[in-house]
Amino acid sequence: MASISVEGLAKSFGRVPALLPTSFEVAPGEVFGLIGPDGAGKTTLMRLLVSLLLPDAGSARVDGLDVVKDFRELRRRVGYMPGRFSLYQDLSVRENLDFFATIFGASVAENRGLVDDLYLQLEPFEKRRAGALSGGMKQKLALCCALIHRPRVLFLDEPTTGIDAVSRRELWEMLGRLRAAGITLLVSTPYMDEASRCDRVALIEGGRILAIERPGDLAARYRYPLLAVEGGPRIALLEALRSLPQARSVYPFGSTIHFTDQRLGADPAALAAELVGALEGRGLEGLGAQPIEAGIEDVFMALAVDTRQAGEAHHG
Amino acid sequence: MAETVIEARELTRTFGAFTAVDRISFAVAEGEIFGFLGANGAGKTTAIRMLIGLLRPSSGQGIVAGFDVARDPEAVKRQIGYMSQKFSLYADLTVAENIRLYGGIYGLSNAELKAKSADLIERLDLGHARDERVARLPLGWRQKLAFAVALLHEPRIVFLDEPTGGVDPITRRQFWDSIYQAAASGVTLFVTTHYMDEAEYCDRISIMVDGRIAALGEPAALKREQGADSIDEIFVRLARPALAGS
Repeated sequence: MASISVEGLAKSFGRVPALLPTSFEVAPGEVFGLIGPDGAGKTTLMRLLVSLLLPDAGSARVDGLDVVKDFRELRRRVGYMPGRFSLYQDLSVRENLDFFATIFGASVAENRGLVDDLYLQLEPFEKRRAGALSGGMKQKLALCCALIHRPRVLFLDEPTTGIDAVSRRELWEMLGRLRAAGITLLVSTPYMDEASRCDRVALIEGGRILAIERPGDLAARYRYPLLAVEGGPRIALLEALRSLPQARSVYPFGSTIHFTDQRLGADPAALAAELVGALEGRGLEGLGAQPIEAGIEDVFMALAVDTRQAGEAHHG
Repeated sequence: MAETVIEARELTRTFGAFTAVDRISFAVAEGEIFGFLGANGAGKTTAIRMLIGLLRPSSGQGIVAGFDVARDPEAVKRQIGYMSQKFSLYADLTVAENIRLYGGIYGLSNAELKAKSADLIERLDLGHARDERVARLPLGWRQKLAFAVALLHEPRIVFLDEPTGGVDPITRRQFWDSIYQAAASGVTLFVTTHYMDEAEYCDRISIMVDGRIAALGEPAALKREQGADSIDEIFVRLARPALAGS
């Protein structure tokens, strides 16, 4: 049985559709990532699945329970860490933990095992007010509180937003340990590079899931030849690349530029050589171009453009 | 060689016995995109507050756009702009009202403001949304407007705080296009971010660890020197050596 199963789930706020009819399944013990920008519908989907919002259409089950009919039992079995820090700022670390344990009829002592790593890091600050903790420590406390009743499914809404790269890594390591303990995890993030930490990811934008894949299979979703171009004056190079007739898309990517050639199936190495020649013809010398495998951002952008165009064609 | 517009010389700030910023030195050239990175608590915010004239250095010197940050903080503030992904515009004010508010704060005359406001709205193609509340604008437009507003008083330096955090990858790249254009016109961009891949777009970056600058250079050169695939890897190695192996 799937740990999470979603069928045609949809939600609008007034006339604004936040989540278009959506279906997917998450297997027990899986780390499933919802990856997309602000406003994509990630939080709406999560709040529907933890019974904090009622769907307009469709249905969903979490750990076998219907998110509408069985919401009381559901809430005992899931943990939810919202995107905004939602603990009691005026209570101490220890008081917050005790409070959340008590609500669920659990105790900190009986569930220590699951949260031991986190708890050891929090212990020196036990008496500190939650509001006075650093960003990384707040996240650790929030995670601790979300785990204190040993949920079978844990929902984390943007747990790594606004914390530094070190805390991000620590948090993902902790999530890996929870996965090993058999907990199913649904994690949302706007950071595309975190996809590699998940078993599968759903790319989401504009209330719509663009694709669901294993991270390693994402590159295969990119159909057109992709080249990385580097060197030269940045703006002149961008303009020159965009003016080429074979350009399908041209995007800056850190210190390089990703150039997609619209000739499907052509040999990328030959296209790279041709591209360098074309740029030399425009007075841009000493540039390098090489075929590369698409990353998650390349795939996301290509799918988003396709989907937006399909939407326009449909409405137009 | 381009002129230096930001210079820190042994810049230091202590709070009681705690040294938040410990003798940092670096220089940023006109038209450069400079990424200023560091873990939470590394001293980044304290350093920036000194550079924008909001906090007095304990020792050392900061020169921004030709003014000493300790002696002439008000002159420094007039030479800089600021934009943050989280907060830059007033969501309950309209596009035109936001431009007027910021223009007024930076001391533009009514005539200047009128001309600039019309020009800016036309340039951003926001004519139809002039009297729309900013809250109702799509994120991509809001971001372009926020950046344009930060440039309204023609500052020499713009501080960008996580400028593209949370936006979709296409909008993000459109925004880098406008950053590159601003840089090409001679504006210096000082970028702080937790997004390590955002750092890869900068001309040079520095990474602060425990109040000091632990690494400084072009992203590609740093990766080569440290034998790392990404800035993220270098950052983690420097900021928390014990974690690097994992």
